[in-house]
Order: sequence, then C-alpha cells, then structure tokens
Amino acid sequence: MSSVLAHDSEFAGPPRGTAEVVFAAQALTKVYHMGEVDVQALRGVDVELYAGEFVVLLGPSGSGKSTLLNILGGLDVPTSGQVFYRGAPLTEFDDGALTRYRRENVGFVFQFYNLIPSLTARENVALVTDIARNPMKPADALALVELTERQDHFPSQLSGGEQQRVAIARAVAKNPAVLLCDEPTGALDVHTGILVLEAISRINTELGTTTAVITHNAVIAEMADRVISISDGKIMHVARNIHKRPANELTW
Amino acid sequence: MISALDRKLLRDLSQMKGQAFAIAIVISAGVATFVNSRTILHSLEITRATFYERQHFADLFARVKRAPDSVTDWLKDVPGVSRVETRIVENVTLDVAGLEEPAVAQLISLPVVREPALNQVYLRRGRQLTPGYDDEVLVSEAFTKANNLDVGDSITAIINGRRKQLRIVGIAFSPEYVFQIKPGDLLPDPKHFGIMWMEYKALATAYDMYGAFNDVAFSLQRDAAPEEVIHRVDGLLDRYGGLGAYARKDQLSHLLLESDIQSLKTAGLIAPTIFLAVAAFLLNVVLTRLTSLQREQIAALKAFGYTNFQIAWHYMKFVLLIAIVGGCVGTAGGVWLAHDFTKMFLRVYQYPELIFRVRPSVVARGVLIAGGAALLGAMGAIMLAVRLPPAEAMRPEPPARYRPTLLERIGLGRLVPNVARMVLRQLERHPVKTSFSLVAIAMAVAIVVVGNFMRNSVDKVIQTNFFDVQQYDLSLATVEPVSIDAINELANVPGVHECEPRRTVVARLRSENHSRRLGIIGLPTDCRLMRLISKTGEMVSLPPEGLVLSQKLAQVLHVRAGQTIRVEALQDKRPVADVEIVALLDDIAGLNAYMNLEALNRLMREGPQVSGAILTTDPLFRPAIYRRLKETPQIASVTVKQASVDSFRNTIAKNMMHMRAINLLFAIIIALGVVYNGARISLSERSRELATLRVIGFTKREISTILLGEIGTITLLGIPFGLVLGYVFARALTYFLDQEVFRFPFVIANSTYGLAAGVVLAASIGSALLVRRRLDDLDLIGVLKSRE
Repeated sequence: MSSVLAHDSEFAGPPRGTAEVVFAAQALTKVYHMGEVDVQALRGVDVELYAGEFVVLLGPSGSGKSTLLNILGGLDVPTSGQVFYRGAPLTEFDDGALTRYRRENVGFVFQFYNLIPSLTARENVALVTDIARNPMKPADALALVELTERQDHFPSQLSGGEQQRVAIARAVAKNPAVLLCDEPTGALDVHTGILVLEAISRINTELGTTTAVITHNAVIAEMADRVISISDGKIMHVARNIHKRPANELTW
Repeated sequence: MISALDRKLLRDLSQMKGQAFAIAIVISAGVATFVNSRTILHSLEITRATFYERQHFADLFARVKRAPDSVTDWLKDVPGVSRVETRIVENVTLDVAGLEEPAVAQLISLPVVREPALNQVYLRRGRQLTPGYDDEVLVSEAFTKANNLDVGDSITAIINGRRKQLRIVGIAFSPEYVFQIKPGDLLPDPKHFGIMWMEYKALATAYDMYGAFNDVAFSLQRDAAPEEVIHRVDGLLDRYGGLGAYARKDQLSHLLLESDIQSLKTAGLIAPTIFLAVAAFLLNVVLTRLTSLQREQIAALKAFGYTNFQIAWHYMKFVLLIAIVGGCVGTAGGVWLAHDFTKMFLRVYQYPELIFRVRPSVVARGVLIAGGAALLGAMGAIMLAVRLPPAEAMRPEPPARYRPTLLERIGLGRLVPNVARMVLRQLERHPVKTSFSLVAIAMAVAIVVVGNFMRNSVDKVIQTNFFDVQQYDLSLATVEPVSIDAINELANVPGVHECEPRRTVVARLRSENHSRRLGIIGLPTDCRLMRLISKTGEMVSLPPEGLVLSQKLAQVLHVRAGQTIRVEALQDKRPVADVEIVALLDDIAGLNAYMNLEALNRLMREGPQVSGAILTTDPLFRPAIYRRLKETPQIASVTVKQASVDSFRNTIAKNMMHMRAINLLFAIIIALGVVYNGARISLSERSRELATLRVIGFTKREISTILLGEIGTITLLGIPFGLVLGYVFARALTYFLDQEVFRFPFVIANSTYGLAAGVVLAASIGSALLVRRRLDDLDLIGVLKSRE
C-alpha cells in the first residue's frame, strides 16, 4: 500500500464498509517498449474498486490512467503485479479467457464511440446482446439513454452525443458488472457531454453497475462516489465525495 | 539524392508489399501471356517462312495417274507458273524391326544429279542419296525417332509388290510435311507414318514409271492468280488422270499450321486483357484506400506548397513501380513460357530447328500496356484525392454512409443476423467494387472451365471418332481399286472377325461457283463397322442412293439437303454426274462425303470395285494378320486404330495437360490477387471496427467471419457465376473454333466444374488465411485511442 493511500484510507475505503471488492490491483507496473525507448506507464499501483460505486480516475494525459483501465478491462496485461476480478486472477487469464471475461462482465465506452458504421443504432446494440448471456433488449438499452426514436438511424445520421449514447447503450445492454468509460466526453461539447454523463450516471444508479470513468476534466470528478487521482504512473490521491453533484449541475 | 517524397513512396510500398506483390503478379501474368503469345506467334511465323523459303516450298500441287515427262514443258508454259518440279510419289507398306504393325511411308522420288527446284529436303544427319544406289533412302526424322531408327539402319518396304531392303543414309525434313499426318487421318502418328525419299531412277524403275511422273509441284509468279493456274493445269493433266490441282492453302500440312496460327492470334489477346483488367481494378481499389488513409498527408503536402501534379505524380510513381516490377517478371515469365510452348509445338511440328526470337518491340509493348492499364486503373482514385481542397482534406472523412440492404428493404431483414447485415451493407455500399471483384473471381473460374473444356472436348472427339464412328480396329487401303472378292478373302484369314469393303473415289464436288476436291467414301449397305454419327450422337443411315455430306462441307459448298450437286470423278473413267444430297451429317471432324458403295460404283460406271477394307480382329491373331498384310503387295496402307489413339495420348494429350496446368496457375493468380487484396482492404477499412468488437468480447473467430465475410461472399457468389461464364465462353469457343479439320463438340464434364470451383475456392481460402493471421496483431488499444 502506498503511503498516500494509507493516509486517506479513512475516506477512501469501501462505501458503508462492507461492499464487495470487484477489482483488486496489487503492485501493478506497466512498461511500453516504444521503439528503443521504454515508457513506464504504471509504477506500482494498488487499488480496489467496490461493487456499485461510481469512480472517476482523474489525471493529465500520459498519467497512466488509460493503461490502468485497459488492464482492469482485460485489454492489456501488466508488466508485473496482479489484478483480481471478484477474486479471480485476471493476470493469469489467457487470451481466450480474457475475451470471455470481456464478453460477460465488462462494458466499454470510448472517446471516439467506435460504432460500427454499417449498423443502425439498434443493431450496434444487438451486436452485443447477440453474444451476451443475460442481456436486456436492445430497445430497452436505447431507452435508458433516451434514444428510442433514433434507434433505426445509422451512425452517419447521428450527432456525436447521440453516437456516444448509443455506445453507452451498447456497453450496458449485456448487463455488465462493470462499465469502463475512457474519456467519454472527450470529443463532445459541454451540452452533449452533460447528456452523456447523465446517461452514465443513470446506469450506475438504476442498474447498480460498478462504473469507472477516466477523464482529465476535474469537474467531472464532482459527480463520483470516489475520485482516484493518478499522475506519472502512480496513484497520488484517493478522495470520497461526501456530496455528489448531479451531472446536470456540472459545467466546464 | 532521393527526395523525401520518394522516400515516403518506398516506405509506403514496403508497408504494402503483400498487396503490391499480389498485384504485380497479376500484371506479370498479363504481360507474360502477351509476351508468350506474341513470341510464339512470331517464332512460328518466322520459322515457317524461313523454312519454306530455304527449301523452296511450292505454291501449287497436282497429282496425276501417270504423265510423260514431256508434259513438263507445257506445264512450264502455263501463264503465272514460275518453276515446275515433277516427281513420283507412292505409298508403300513398311516392315520395321521392332514394330509389330505395318507402317506406311510416302515414298518420294528425288532427282539425285541436281537439287529439286521445289520442296527441297533439309538433311539433318547423314548424307544425300548416291546416284545409282537404288536401296538408299532419306527418312523423315519423326518416323526414325518414333521407331528408334538412325542412319545406317535398314527398313523393309514392299515396293510395288516386292519386298526390298532399304538403307537409311540420311535423316531429313521437308516443308511439305511440317505437320506430318497421313492423308485421311485425324491425328499424327509418327510411329506408323513416315516420309522417305529415294532416287528417281530407282523408284521409277520399281513402278515402271521411267520417263513419267505422277506428282507435280509449281511455284507461281508473284502476281499469278492460283485459281487461274489451277484451271489451266487441270486442263492439261485431265487426260493423264489428273486428280485436281490445289493451292498451298489447301496443302494438308500448311492448312493445319495455318489454322493453329490463326487460333493463336485470337487466343493470344484474350488472356492478357483479362489479367490487365483485373490488375487495373485492383490498383484502383488499393489506391482509393491508400489515398483515403493519407488524406491528411495529402492536405499537409498541399499546405507545404506541393502542386497537384507533384502529388498525382507521386502516386502514379507508386503504381508504375508495381507495373514495372510486374512487367519485368512478366517478360521473363513470358519468355520462359514461350520456350516451354515452342517445345510443345516441336512435339507436333517437324521443323529442323525452331527459330526462337523475342522481339524487343514485343517486350516494350507488353510493359507499356501493363503500365497504361495500371495507370488507367489508378487514375480515378488519384485524381479524386488530389482535387480535394486542403482545408477539407485536413478534416477527417465523414463517417461512411450506409443504408438497409435490398433484402431488408423488401422486409426480409429479420431473417438476417447482425454480422451478415454488416457484410451485406458493406457489399451494397460499393456496388462497382463488389461487382468487379465478383467478375474477377468468375473470370478465374471461367479460365479453368474453358481450359479444361478443351480437354473434355478433345476426349469427346476421340471417343466419337475412334470408338463410336469407327467400330473397326484396322483399316487398309489398296494401291489400286480391286475386285470385291479380294476383300472378301480377307474375311477368311484366321483371326478376322468381320470385314467390310469400302471405296474412296477422289472427286470434285461442285455447286455453282463453289467447289471442293475430296475423297467420296463408299460404304456397303448395312455397314456395321463404320457408323455415321453426329456430334450429338445421332446416327444417320446411309441411303441406297445419293450423298450424305458433312454439315460443314455443305456450308462450304453452299448447298442444302435435297439439292443436287455435280460430282466430277477424278479417277478411272472420270465420269461426271449430278447426285442428290440426301442428308447432312453434323459430324465431328473433316469434310466428308459418304455414298452407298454400289451407288458409287454405278456412278463410276464400274462393277463391284473396292479400294480398301475395315476389319475387326482377334487380338491374339493380330501379329499374324499384321505379318500377312505386310506381305500383301496390293495393300498401300494400314491404319491401326489403337496406334493412332496412343500416339494422340503421347503428344497432343500431353500438351493439353501442360496447358491445363498453366491455366490453373493463372486462375490461382487471379483468385489470389483479388481475394488477398480484398481481404487486406477490408482489414484496413475495418480494423477499428474489429478491434472494437474484440474489446466488446467477440472472439477472434467471430471477427474473422466479419473480416472475411465480405470477400467470402464475393467468392461464393463469383464461383457459380464463373461456372456459367465458363459455360458461355466454351460455347462461344465451339463456334469460333468451328473449323474444317476439327469441330470441337460442346461437352463439359462435371469434374471440370468441380475442378474450377475447387481450385479457385482453395486459392481464395489460402489468401484469406494469410490475411486472417494479421488479426493476431490487431492493436486493440491503439485503434481505440485514435480517430479513424
């Protein structure tokens, strides 16, 4: 445990003391070999995420927050250290097991939406519900993000905010245990960004999905249960918001 | 010093080396087929022209029963005639050591004291004939090779009824027998048919022809009209039993060479066109993708001050580099192929040497055409990219537009799973690209179908001609027409099951201003050993009166069944009669005229005469029968059916196998080029989608389906389309190849379709798997972090 985390443990512990630990990361490091240069993206990270909470990972670009999220999501493997998902050692999973893990447990939302242009909004969601074990109906997922009327539109017919909400619907339609969002508002203006954050927040409260949002925008941190600040590959600070602010009160 | 932009070019190329290579191979196949066919054509033409000129190949030929030498002077005086060479030509039966069946030779007289003025013999080995030695012969090379004979060996010939031991003193070639085939045969059989040259005096003495000739060759003055000369020569030779003069174009060997050259000329243009069209298409697709990926780079270059032309030229160089590599490989491949093909031609053609010449102009034209086709294909994509204003190019491309597919618009959308929907919409979004890929795959399939169809067709010709039409295993011809009793005696020879007489009468068929010289075949009533069968297997029965003509012959003579035609017999009493054409026979080879034997004899104003027989024999007795035939002086020639079929399998069939292998290679090249590039473009366009799907939890297998679904659908649709296309091409080919010598029947074996579909499918799967491996390297994180 880092000294910073130990210092803040009083505030940063599990909500109401007993919630289940969804992710437990221990001594994570990650080194990228970029040509002849080694980039140390994570330098010993210990962190736990608890069931049902809304966490914001806050940090400047290059701080390692995306690397951490990718490792938690099973997209990347650490150079050293261990990650447990509900007690199962993710770091020992092979490619097939990681694929299964992503398919069954994780919903992803990306900065650039990554919708399939040849599929309509509903079909993009159906892409996930087709392979999930216990999905909701695509139409229900789109209703959650208030896009019922746009469900037969192709991505080229949707605005950026709408596309991102389709991406969120796609991420949650499988009823994932965790929702991981990487700069979900990064490509959006304030107004549409707020709409997207509202959607994410609603998923978190209504479905109880453990949610982690990566951002470099400190304002967004105000809507989280906990804020984990990352800088230079290390966790600098963990704080609990006593008063969460609803998304529609935010502005930047 | 290499410029920065050229450096970019080389790096772009090395990044896309797989695709560039696949396209270069398709281009090289186009250039190779072009260089190959032009080189062969040129080599064959120059070889033939040189050989003809050096050996003084005649322009006109005539055969007579017997004409005194004094006629020669009259012939020389015919206007238009330049030189005349008379000689004696006889068919003799040979007894060759090691060959059970009798062989046949055309024995030709040579004036030993001087070189003949026309149709000179080219001596490969040995020496010329010595005057005064009546047992020396020169022998055609194909015959000596097939029978393992050489200078110094002996052959026994039955010359005018007497066995005579002949010594081979030289191995020779003649411009008259480049295509060495026994008159009346369908296929060359060098083992059983040869050409021999003998001193005039010896031959004349043996046949009691001294001071006379039975064959004459002419060369014509440059401006002479052959028809005019033929008319006058026939007038002079009629009273000596002239069988009708004919020009070089009707000379058997020349006719066959010419028909090969003509078909090469047309076939030689088809393959390069297909390959270069496919290459142009592939370059268009690849350049469209490349310029779209480099949209922002192009904008930056413009911002730096590069002109539109400089940027266009940059991409043109990219295309030209690929075309040049393809052109060089193709030229080398084409020359190699041409070498290989000429070897195949030498298996059939008898030239002392083949002049193999690769013309630089052909290579230059091949490479130019390749470059032109490549630029033509790429130009659209390049211009589109270059014309884009820089400010617009700086912005990312708008998201691709899609719409529901036709299937969904007509309400069947519910039946289509999501993944299939992605594939279908992608296909429908690029209708031109989709249809062109489809056509290219279909072409690959069609190439195999057509290539193999030729084989199926020839197999059918062999089956029809040698097994359905010819129910006999042995046919023989007599020197002179003989009484039917002589043939009936053959039926009593031990081992002869059945024996039927037949008579061939050389005649000219004439209808208004169309005429043709040929042998009318007389067959007995109820002939069992020879059946008149059409291409489609229908049997025509020979009526007691009148003629049955090949449909092709009727076409040549512009006559129909029911009409009468003038028959001018050129033998014996040379009667002329009008005979009704009773029926037409859509047969498979040659221009044939059949008549009832008795009717033919009545027409000839003769009793029961025959000039040959066809037999079925007991295999056990065949050696004895052959021995007996070799000793029978009246017999001029014997044809053993099985030997002809075997000879076919050793020469033409071998060549066809070879051609088939090359066709398969070409089909594989096209399939590889189309599928590999198609899959690579898909991968490039959709790696982002695929990475997203992987992140969401799709397995590698599932995203492979999406990646390869598009090109897989094209392949699966292209194959049946290709089978249909192959069918149509083969049909067209039977029409265009409808020749007087050989009419290709339309038959395609099921195995041909199977092979075509199988080869293209296998090549496609192979190329797809090559691309699929790249999914292992898909950068899941990187692709999500960046904008398209």
